[in-house]
Amino acid sequence: MAHMRRMAAFAALAASSALVLAACTGTDDPTTGPSGGNTGGEKEPVTITWWHNAVAGDSGENTLGDFWQKVADDFTADNPHVTIQIEQIQNEDLQRTRIPTALQSGDAPDMFQQWGGGEMAAQAEAGYLMDVSDILADDIARLGGSVGPWQADGKTYGLPFQFAVEGIWYRKSLFEKAGITSEPTTFDELNAAVQKLKDAGITPIAVGASDKWPAAHWWYNFALQACSQDVIKNLGSFDFSDPCFIKAGEDLQKFIDTKPFQNDYMSTVAQTGATSSAGLVANGNAAMELMGQWNFFVYQGFTDGSDEGIAALLDDLDWFPVPGVGGGQGDPTAALGGGDGFSCYVDAPVECAEFLAYIVSDEVQSEFAEVVGGMPVAPGAASSVAHPINQEIAAAASSAAYVQLWLDTDLGPNVGGALNDGIVTIFAGTGGPQAVVDAVVAAAATE
Amino acid sequence: MTALEASGSGEGPVAAAKAAGAGPKPLSPYSSHRRDTARKWIEILVFVGPAVALFLTFVIYPVASAARFSLYKWNGIKQFSEAEFIGFENYARALWGGNDPATKDAFMSSYTEPFWTAVGHNMLIVVLSMAIQLPLALLVALTLNRKFPMRNGVRLIIFAPYVLSEVIAGIMWLIIFDPNGIATQLSEATGFPKPAGGWFEDTTWGIWTVFFIVTWKYLGLAIILFLAGLSGVPQELQEAASIDGASWWQVQRRINIPLIGPTIRIWAFLSIIGSIQLFDMVWVLNRGGTVGQYSTIATFMMQVGYFRKDVGFGSAVAVIMFALSFVVAIAYMLLILRKDNSDNKVEA
Repeated sequence: MAHMRRMAAFAALAASSALVLAACTGTDDPTTGPSGGNTGGEKEPVTITWWHNAVAGDSGENTLGDFWQKVADDFTADNPHVTIQIEQIQNEDLQRTRIPTALQSGDAPDMFQQWGGGEMAAQAEAGYLMDVSDILADDIARLGGSVGPWQADGKTYGLPFQFAVEGIWYRKSLFEKAGITSEPTTFDELNAAVQKLKDAGITPIAVGASDKWPAAHWWYNFALQACSQDVIKNLGSFDFSDPCFIKAGEDLQKFIDTKPFQNDYMSTVAQTGATSSAGLVANGNAAMELMGQWNFFVYQGFTDGSDEGIAALLDDLDWFPVPGVGGGQGDPTAALGGGDGFSCYVDAPVECAEFLAYIVSDEVQSEFAEVVGGMPVAPGAASSVAHPINQEIAAAASSAAYVQLWLDTDLGPNVGGALNDGIVTIFAGTGGPQAVVDAVVAAAATE
Repeated sequence: MTALEASGSGEGPVAAAKAAGAGPKPLSPYSSHRRDTARKWIEILVFVGPAVALFLTFVIYPVASAARFSLYKWNGIKQFSEAEFIGFENYARALWGGNDPATKDAFMSSYTEPFWTAVGHNMLIVVLSMAIQLPLALLVALTLNRKFPMRNGVRLIIFAPYVLSEVIAGIMWLIIFDPNGIATQLSEATGFPKPAGGWFEDTTWGIWTVFFIVTWKYLGLAIILFLAGLSGVPQELQEAASIDGASWWQVQRRINIPLIGPTIRIWAFLSIIGSIQLFDMVWVLNRGGTVGQYSTIATFMMQVGYFRKDVGFGSAVAVIMFALSFVVAIAYMLLILRKDNSDNKVEA
């Protein structure tokens, strides 16, 4: 649910970026990776089929898709016995229809897009995924905590190539106009900023509640602050008895009552058109938006696409972590995030895991940051993140007390979907804090 | 079946003659008959087989599968063979909150109430179609049922929304009813009050906005059907009535409307079934509403069965919708259309 924007993000990038995919040196031999012991020469020829979600945008360019093709070409050049067949599939089709059907049929691709969390855990439980805990142990250790969402029951079933935390995007010029001099670091400061913006006749915060998940992310953040890390980390067991979940709803309710959002927010979508929440911020009609790192690209899609237009927008754009609410059991510096990764099918050749290791190797990750503008997972590639805002986002992730995966992804489609449906009832005024908990309890009872 | 049998037996003698001419020995009447029968069945198989195979594969098999899935607890991820059989629990969860007292309250508010809300929306649209679309379409059809300049042009315009694809029309209305769209500007300019929660998302008026769009979309079909029916009403009857001093309204009331009764009843049948299964337009307009303001049974099924991957429950909702359509269709046939059909038989 929380992933539809990525294509838009990369489409925007493709439209805006004139970067050429020629910078790679590719001198390192990927087979000297963690799988080790590849002597080459007498290997049985194998074919790896690979499904990913990098499809061409409106302009026909496909920066990420071209990048993956190059990564595959480099890998097969060093491993002549491997052939990689890529299929690019639109994100929603891939996640909701193609992968589930392929896994059911027993004729699944060797490597495919993996978003982690509850759905991955269900795939692992059904025995569809290759356990890479041992073969890629070195890589898992190297990537650190961001592998967490791709683990279930202590085993690793995939690796992320991208991970980033969310925060609040804002327009510097509108903050200045309203007389806000510093980024809010507490919720009281955020509330004060909202009031100043309203006094100046500026819409303080845009939210795309029509798409549900953008509204739900506000509740996630309140829950992260209200609940202790133990309670949050234990969400996978569907225990919602802790009163902190009610507090999260009450805090959200209080916040909504201060009317910080644009008019008709229930009719506002997240990304499509000038009246979407992203469009409102990109066009300077709203000051702030709580969103993931992908909005760096989504906002650029609302410019005329020229270098000057993009530069002007990025100049006026900035980012700060979600301020701490206080009064809860959570760590105020805990952050929510999400990412993209790949899993290997259980029957895939071991070369699939080797290729996965190559994708998350420092040099491919650096290139991923430089060429595609993505947020790499490998610490060795962190220095390749170029734009100051992205550097700020990366820094926020590393200084956070802990990073929690989007709650809907973490809980899986059933309970996560029920959570989002419950949260929007607070926004719509038809439900309340208890309705959210009731909705997830009911959905959990059907599991 | 009778037509096939007729064609089969019609070809019989030719085939027999050919066979007799070709074969060295004359065939006995008995084996000739048997050959005819075999030939008939081969013809049936060749001509009907592909269609039946497609029908079985893409209609009967999916329907049967849905009925089977609806008896299981299945998340659509693991193999169906590992899904847990739970009998009619999914149906119970949709209809009355399930049989387990421990989860009944939670299921009531999360599944049963949204389900019945969706059913209520379908039923509201059925009732409103009869109460609003029918008189409106009849009025327009009776008004247009005369010769005037640009008649075909006007009919084309009226029929245009029906020809438009649902998705195109839906996106068009999304743009019109956008928070900053034409409808909002119009309401600000004229002072016509706009629903407080947004055109679509208002918990009271959202369903009315949707009904307005549905009416706009399907009124053309009703008008065209009624006009076609009216063109079949003999001119002499209307002229005779006029000579006897009947007013325009009396002619419509006593002659035209009764005579297009069968057309109206068929339209009502299509409208009722369409209202129960209403999906595509409502789905394009933000999936039945963020909190189900204008949900229908079909959008509720998609939300829970497909997006939440509660496949067993979604299948149960689908089967309920199928059963509802089926029962309504049969009841309508027996109670209302039977008269039309028997009339035809008497005439024939």
